[in-house]
Amino acid sequence: MTVKVRISDDALAIACGADHVAAAFAAAGCTVERVSSWGMQWLEPLADIDGQGFGPLTVADVPAVLAGNSPLAIGAIEHHPFIARQQRFTFARAGKTRPLSLDDYAANGGWAGLARARELGAEATIAEVTQSGLRGRGGAGFPAGIKWTTVARAPADRKYIVCNADEGDSATFADRMVMEGDPFMLIEGMAIAGHAVGAQVGYVYIRSEYPHAIAKMEAAAALSAAIIAPFRVEVRVGAGAYVCGEETSLLNSLEGKRGEVRAKPPLPALEGLFGKPTVVNNVLTLAAVPWIMAHGGAAYAAVGFGRSRGTMPIQIAGNVRHGGLFEVGFGITLGELVMEIGGGTASGRPVHAVQVGGPLGAYHPPSDFHLAFDYETFAAADGLIGHAGLSVFDDTADMSALARFAMSFCAVESCGKCTPCRIGSTRGVEVIDRIRARSGRTVDRVETLPQMHNARKAARTLGEDIALLEDLCETMKFGSLCALGGFTPYPVLSAIKHFPQDFGLAAPEQEAAE
Amino acid sequence: MAENMTMTTNLTASERDAEVARILAAHATREGALLPILHDIQAVLGHVPEAVIPAIAHALNVSRAEVHGVISFYHDFHVEPHTRPVIKLCRSESCQARGVEVLARAFEGETRVSIEPIYCLGLCTVGPNAMVGNTLHARLDTAKLSALVESVA
Repeated sequence: MTVKVRISDDALAIACGADHVAAAFAAAGCTVERVSSWGMQWLEPLADIDGQGFGPLTVADVPAVLAGNSPLAIGAIEHHPFIARQQRFTFARAGKTRPLSLDDYAANGGWAGLARARELGAEATIAEVTQSGLRGRGGAGFPAGIKWTTVARAPADRKYIVCNADEGDSATFADRMVMEGDPFMLIEGMAIAGHAVGAQVGYVYIRSEYPHAIAKMEAAAALSAAIIAPFRVEVRVGAGAYVCGEETSLLNSLEGKRGEVRAKPPLPALEGLFGKPTVVNNVLTLAAVPWIMAHGGAAYAAVGFGRSRGTMPIQIAGNVRHGGLFEVGFGITLGELVMEIGGGTASGRPVHAVQVGGPLGAYHPPSDFHLAFDYETFAAADGLIGHAGLSVFDDTADMSALARFAMSFCAVESCGKCTPCRIGSTRGVEVIDRIRARSGRTVDRVETLPQMHNARKAARTLGEDIALLEDLCETMKFGSLCALGGFTPYPVLSAIKHFPQDFGLAAPEQEAAE
Repeated sequence: MAENMTMTTNLTASERDAEVARILAAHATREGALLPILHDIQAVLGHVPEAVIPAIAHALNVSRAEVHGVISFYHDFHVEPHTRPVIKLCRSESCQARGVEVLARAFEGETRVSIEPIYCLGLCTVGPNAMVGNTLHARLDTAKLSALVESVA
């Protein structure tokens, strides 16, 4: 009897050498099945033999695994603490099914949500999604049911479903794992949305940095075309612009234009793609819908915290020992995620800061570890959960350098439409450079001219430069058209607030030990 | 999508125009077709030469300036061919937390390949990461990046 080995064909596993390991198992006479990833990424490539896990493997480890004496055995995967502590709704099939197998999908609960939606009809489908309390998982947290209702009620000859798969935030990969590991789930979610609001076509806008996800989604759309008909799903590929993750910029890009942000109103729900009513939802939002339709909105809403209902696929990344995808109900604390589940830093040094929510999210010190993972709690702590990515830094991190990076990233990626973002980011880099050099700013020759009545005649000190930077952040936050310029101040201001010593200021008073 | 370096061929002008015409015809009924067209052209030619812009503009009934504006907006598109092999090294926060800045500094003098920044490949737990063409490389250190440079240089 041949041994059946299951190995992920997710992009991360492949980048870590999964193809070579799979080939080595095949050469040793095993039957190899390529499945989705469990999300325990520090163990990739992970081999699953009858539910027992082995990882991270290299080709050289294969003989020991087959001989039964590998030191890389982790025991039963389902019982691994990282998996056992999760509440997997969206990622229920992760690690268990072949991504492009319609049989595997149907045998594991696939298409049940779409069948129920068709049975209930459009209005009851929207009511179910509204009842679930599902909020947009892209970062803004807007209730999906309300958005769908707006689109459903808008009269138009054509409507669209747009799936935002432009997952550009560092420390986020849940969208990628859905598309590479369970692509039919996303297509089912889009088909349900199309059915609910009366849209005929759905576009998945995937960033070009995800070639594996693009290939899987294109294949899945072709394979499932008959099942979702008359609804149709088409994959579109981005071109390396971070700002296209902003919904109106994404719509312009889909229309074949520069990815510049549009002013709102009009809301995309009323005038979206090609001016037609459009549902723009993140991958995780649409991927949650099949579960909600199959199990009922009430079952989804029964999990969660405050106004954040259901589960969130949290991505624990950066300098962390046990990095990966952790789906759990809202309400878990930041400290539990980083220290207990993530196991602290990979380098073994103390955790210094955790950036929550990607490049536009705040840096949180360990004294914030009591914060519950919930949209409102993080907003109250001058942060955001965004797409729920955590990037962990150890004590070698220079927070003023990271603040500078936030500004320079905004300068590189700004679409250029509004001034606070386009110019403010560049000025921000310059001010932070002066702060880092502790140089202050000397008066230039033009400023000393007698006709420059209002120009400042004295050099600016470090403290004044910090005040200027804070003022600039204020302008960007309230004056920018979209979240790129509007949220870039979060990492900058949080770095100044929590790590002033990295900006040459006095260290903060010791906060109570956790 | 990252262009495939090996497909940068020396087509004659008429062969090139025939390729572009074929791509434009394939997208004739597609709505919002400009990005898919540019991706396809770059996949075949390795870049989007200035000389093909008028044909694209004509097919889509937009101005040449609009096509140029789109090409210049997106980081992926370029009007000149790459003269050296490109390694895209992720410089985002999670890779920074895992030491990519030190790694990048060690390769600053590398002239045989062009090491360009890219912002996030979605492999944020196993960085530093890089992409060459459509192939991903994770858990890079100096030795692994050296080997990667040797393999593409």
